[in-house]
Amino acid sequence: MAEMWINMGPQHPMTHGLWNLRIKVDGEVITDAMPEIGYLHRGMEKIFENKTYVQIGPLTDRLCYGSSFTWNHLYCMTVEKLMGLEIPERAKWIRVMAIELQRIASHLMWLAAYAADLGLLTGFVWAMRDREIFLDLLQALSGSRLTYNYARIGGVAADLPPDFERDCLRAVDYFERKLKEHENLYNGSKIFKMRTVGIGILKREEAINLGVTGPTLRGSNAKIDIRKDQPYEVYDEIDFEVACHTDCDCWARYIVRMTEMKESCKIIRQTLQKMPKGPVRVKTPMLAPSGDAIGVVEDPRGEGMMYLIGDGTDRPYRLKVRSPLFVTLSAAKSMLLGYKVADVVAIMGSIDVCMGETDR
Amino acid sequence: MDLWGISYAISDILMHIVYWIFSGLLGLLPDPLGGFFDGIGLWFVSPGVIAFITMLLEALIVIIVALLNVIILIWVERKVLARIMDSRGPFYVGPLGFFQNIADGAKLFVKQIIIPKKADKFGYQIAPIIFVGSSLLILAAIPLSADFAVKDATGATIPGGILFAFAVFAIAPFSILVAGWSENNKYTLIGGMRSAAQMMSYEIPMLLTVASVFLLVGSFSFGDVVNAQQNIWFGIPLFLGLILFIACMIAEVERIPFDLPEAEAELVEGWTTEYCGMRFGFFMFTEYLRGYAGCGIATALFLGGWIGPDFLPGEIWFLIKAYIVFVVFVFIRGALPRIRTDQILDLGWKRLLPLAVLNLLIAATFKILGWF
Repeated sequence: MAEMWINMGPQHPMTHGLWNLRIKVDGEVITDAMPEIGYLHRGMEKIFENKTYVQIGPLTDRLCYGSSFTWNHLYCMTVEKLMGLEIPERAKWIRVMAIELQRIASHLMWLAAYAADLGLLTGFVWAMRDREIFLDLLQALSGSRLTYNYARIGGVAADLPPDFERDCLRAVDYFERKLKEHENLYNGSKIFKMRTVGIGILKREEAINLGVTGPTLRGSNAKIDIRKDQPYEVYDEIDFEVACHTDCDCWARYIVRMTEMKESCKIIRQTLQKMPKGPVRVKTPMLAPSGDAIGVVEDPRGEGMMYLIGDGTDRPYRLKVRSPLFVTLSAAKSMLLGYKVADVVAIMGSIDVCMGETDR
Repeated sequence: MDLWGISYAISDILMHIVYWIFSGLLGLLPDPLGGFFDGIGLWFVSPGVIAFITMLLEALIVIIVALLNVIILIWVERKVLARIMDSRGPFYVGPLGFFQNIADGAKLFVKQIIIPKKADKFGYQIAPIIFVGSSLLILAAIPLSADFAVKDATGATIPGGILFAFAVFAIAPFSILVAGWSENNKYTLIGGMRSAAQMMSYEIPMLLTVASVFLLVGSFSFGDVVNAQQNIWFGIPLFLGLILFIACMIAEVERIPFDLPEAEAELVEGWTTEYCGMRFGFFMFTEYLRGYAGCGIATALFLGGWIGPDFLPGEIWFLIKAYIVFVVFVFIRGALPRIRTDQILDLGWKRLLPLAVLNLLIAATFKILGWF
């Protein structure tokens, strides 16, 4: 069979969003690859310039449907840095807890999508079932299931609802039990190992050169995590391990995400224990001063960054969003070359694509 | 239940009705040709015509029984798979969602049938016919009991029934290749090629496994194979063969983990991408039909066919065993992800083939020892 270009996307089950992966195949072997993005471009950064600081909050939820709270929190954190606000201690702990709940929900959605990619529908349904519990918790916190708008400039929207600690601990206990079931389903499966071990290799140097971040980078044997390296909120007071794996392949990324979910459970437990009493929100000014601020967080998909320039009005002059996946997708070619068409789903699934933040 | 007897009785009744219409009713009319209707009536009850119509009725009975079983199998798969996935499966249409298949079929039936502009019309239209037709033909060879089988007027079953079943089974990848090529779509083309590649890997180990059964029995007929299992099912001495056969049969009927030609994640349903409406419905339906046929063959070869305690008729025993094999298929589907094309070739040639030869050696040892 001669070489031919195949468009995998924009509407293709592999893409998990709206993007196009053009691959050149020789039979079933990939000889060239070219990710094309921009199908979901909504002009978010331009919209941000025309909204007040308060109005932008709900919009940042829409950056990523998988982990909207992380982006919402990142925005609020950046604005607080620009305004020089000190937020209450309890709000910080609640934020960290919500971020970790969101991280588990996001990783579970990744697990579901990955299982469905590899043709394992049981894994899909199981992961979605367990994700529901964390969505319920976040709903109890914020009143909404997907776009929470829970972080506010100067704290969080509301204090914990009654009995939230109890529900949260129950959910974490349940999830740690269920996580073993998930691991049995994948780790014990010879075919899952055949599909992931040694597939999509991205070496450490290459990953760092390409600017890849997040679980993909940690799967490539680089122990880099913003939560440890530049702790924000109260991560410096929390005891947790950074997941890292030396194999540099899809299996490593899978292990990293599974380990991160366990670590998130630990973090949630600690936040519930150490959370002080007190107010959860402070009054904030309408106007931000001139100047700039950078916020960096560890998104479930990588390193999320916002660069904010204020010009003394109630609207930002510029709000730049650094999306982790925009960068990670550029590594698609070096991960894909030489593998089979069937490996495309295994490789591109393992970087957990979310188009909302990539195209913005 | 004697299939020949049933269909003969039905055709006999039909013949008499036809004869009554032609000679009894039409004979009352003024007849310009003089006894013309009498002649046609007599021709209808002649033995040759009765035998021909009996054959058609037999085929109809076989197909109807198979289709009923397929509807039940789809329901079983949905329910069992849903329980594995911690959900409930179809629930609303009919008792326990039993008529969900009917609803799905009705939905597909009313859809417009579109032929892609650049498709090769002939190949596009002939491929479903080959696929469905060849799959229905398998069922002609599979007996549900000693009586419920396609026989000739003398009561003899097809002598090479098993060989015939496997020969017809192997036609489908050809139609998949034709479909994938004629649809003029890159995904379908890859799907069709995968089907051909996959066939190379599983056919040989499967036939070697079947050969071990032939070796023990010394016959290619389903009836002889099942009768030889009166004392012990072949699945017990040839346990390895049973496992190998089920693995190869999953590849043959293209179910997860071996559903490469229609991998929905990477190939967007593969070779069926451009088919829509009832054509697609037929493909889906036929896959379960092939699943049913595969389970039936596994039952007949390794699990004693219709042999069972007397309180249930043989046909029911056969179906119970076939359903159990199918539930094993469903469990495997619920537990495993999809394998890759080169990996299935690896698996076929490096694992299944040596094991199949080993199984053949085991069977030969049994034969030499004189145990069978």
